[in-house]
Amino acid sequence: MLEIKNLVVQIEDKRILNGLNLTVNKGEVAAIMGPNGSGKSTLSYVIAGKEDYEVLDGEILLNGENVLEMEPDQRAAAGVFLAFQYPLEIPGVASMTFLKATLNAQRKARGEDELTTPDFIKRVNAAATQLEIPKDMLKRALNVGFSGGEKKRMEILQMALLQPSFCILDETDSGLDIDALRIVSEGVNALRSADRAFLVITHYQRLLNHIVPDTVHVMHAGRIVKTGGKELALELEANGYADYRETEAA
Amino acid sequence: MPAVQETIDQVRLIDVDQYKYGFETEVEMEKSPRGLSEDVIRFISAKKGEPEWMLQWRLDAYKRWLTMKEPAWARVSYDKIDYNDIYYYAAPKKNPAPKSLDEVDPEILRTYEKLGIPLREQEILAGVEPQRRVAVDAVFDSVSVATTFKEELAKAGVIFMPISEAIREYPDLVKQYLGSVVPVTDNFFATLNSAVFTDGSFVYVPPGVRCPMELSTYFRINEKNTGQFERTLIIADKGSYVSYLEGCTAPKRDENQLHAAVVELVALDDAEIKYSTVQNWYPGDAEGRGGIYNFVTKRGDCRGKNSVITWTQVETGSAITWKYPSCILRGDNSRGEFYSIAVSNGMQQVDSGTKMIHLGKNTTSRIISKGIAAGRSENTYRGLVSAHRKATGARNFTNCDSLLIGNQCGAHTVPYIESKNATAVFEHEATTSKISEDQMFYCQQRGLSEEEATALIVNGFVKDVLQQLPMEFAVEAQKLISISLEGSVG
Repeated sequence: MLEIKNLVVQIEDKRILNGLNLTVNKGEVAAIMGPNGSGKSTLSYVIAGKEDYEVLDGEILLNGENVLEMEPDQRAAAGVFLAFQYPLEIPGVASMTFLKATLNAQRKARGEDELTTPDFIKRVNAAATQLEIPKDMLKRALNVGFSGGEKKRMEILQMALLQPSFCILDETDSGLDIDALRIVSEGVNALRSADRAFLVITHYQRLLNHIVPDTVHVMHAGRIVKTGGKELALELEANGYADYRETEAA
Repeated sequence: MPAVQETIDQVRLIDVDQYKYGFETEVEMEKSPRGLSEDVIRFISAKKGEPEWMLQWRLDAYKRWLTMKEPAWARVSYDKIDYNDIYYYAAPKKNPAPKSLDEVDPEILRTYEKLGIPLREQEILAGVEPQRRVAVDAVFDSVSVATTFKEELAKAGVIFMPISEAIREYPDLVKQYLGSVVPVTDNFFATLNSAVFTDGSFVYVPPGVRCPMELSTYFRINEKNTGQFERTLIIADKGSYVSYLEGCTAPKRDENQLHAAVVELVALDDAEIKYSTVQNWYPGDAEGRGGIYNFVTKRGDCRGKNSVITWTQVETGSAITWKYPSCILRGDNSRGEFYSIAVSNGMQQVDSGTKMIHLGKNTTSRIISKGIAAGRSENTYRGLVSAHRKATGARNFTNCDSLLIGNQCGAHTVPYIESKNATAVFEHEATTSKISEDQMFYCQQRGLSEEEATALIVNGFVKDVLQQLPMEFAVEAQKLISISLEGSVG
């Protein structure tokens, strides 16, 4: 599904990714863990197509297509979804309006018909109920005055509606209390399927108790330095990242 | 003390050539001699078949104008206008005063068709049924070429006709109110207009009548080197209500053209006037060549107690806009409202706002202004709120927000607040913000193109004001804003 080969990225002359290689298969949930500053968020932004990053080398293939040549909205239509660590506020635009505009834009880009309003509302309501999002929240301007937990639930709601094939969760657990973490994780788990892959970026093991990964990658200094099963996360939780820092020094 | 907020940044090239109404109509025109003189004024007055008093009024204005200086306080700059290089009158040669649509030059009818302005009543009546009907006065350069639904409105007692016709048919009403809100001596452009105005609309709504449909005037500048000097006068008698909308477009040309209008509104006791403008004059090209100079004086007088005047404007066109639709709150408990969206792109310059002058007791006013600057444009809000000594209990709420797109445009807010009595309560809020790259990226990540994302964010920004427009125009205005901002990102 997603194949990253020898990715080298810099921002303002600072190297962040240093020949990163990563493969995520269809139906797989891959977790990326790593200390602050290892380049985890950069990786998610580069896959989604944020402007500020300069790709010096390497490629990112999504189902064999090079996404580096696409605009962010084309990548979205091709199935890439990024759940932001800090979702943005859009004043004056009701969440419902935003959801409809984005869903229809993606459908249009894929040559599908726009959804009828009743059909759209049905889908939103179903997803909102599962994520315990009250209806009045959907009428409020997107993310404006939302609590941290509400913002993250809104991200997962969008994911559920847009039905992307490749989902990136960028520290979705940050700022969540235990209940919110459970709701968000259940939302994500409900979307797991054989056709969909996830890249879950996190600092902590905690999230991975709820969203159990198939593979765990350790990232350090812009590279994947170790890959293992879900038990690798537990190991990291116990020992920290110290081992990997030493590797670098050596 | 005026608070000045400023944001000016550097250069970014954009394309503003999105103007969709820039075509020309080939019609043979009759024009006054070029330039301005007493003879030209006599020529205009004679063409309109005016009574002697009207001609005298014009000539007095002209004499006064000769002694006046062009104002220079606005934050706009342009080359000196040569007032003797302009044609002050241009009318279709074939039948300049048609009695019915059948007599109107088909070329002109096609023009309005192309602009999407319905002039044939039957067609409007035959349209999809719940559609609200709108009576239209169509002004083409210096003359009104058609006015629809006149008879039906007359049944309700509403007078809706070109002002040149009203001067002949209702001289007493015109004499009583013309220049009573914007005096002949008011300002350079208003005085010029008083001398040379050619056409515009006249509305009178009798006591207790709720005007049965929306009224609107559609202004079209077509002829080269011609100024348009429209004059509109709306009187809402006691307890009446009227909603009026004006729209404007012009062909694309390399030279600048002057549009100096005067609009006067009078609301008597318990009357209400809603005046909406969708201004889309040609804004000039990306380098700032051509475009309309829109130097306009609009003022409403809440003359009676409990009267209400609401100005709503969506300004997307013109190379330069100099315009301050205002309310004189004379009647006790009267209310003035100003809702504005001013969009500037390319090299456009906007200096616009309002004046709320509280004279009566317990008068209230509300100002919501949304300025959006893109490209290399400059967008200034300039507003005055004042309370007279006797205006006890006066209240105002002002909210001025500016949104910047890109980093080469400027947004400025210049509020003046004067209170001469201690019971007045004035509130002022202002913000300046920018569409952030992160917001754009977020929207694009969800599948919106750059332009769709900008339009969505901007529409969120102007929502409070769009809600004030009549439904069908709000949709139009929303589209217009998106079109004006095309090419402003990337």
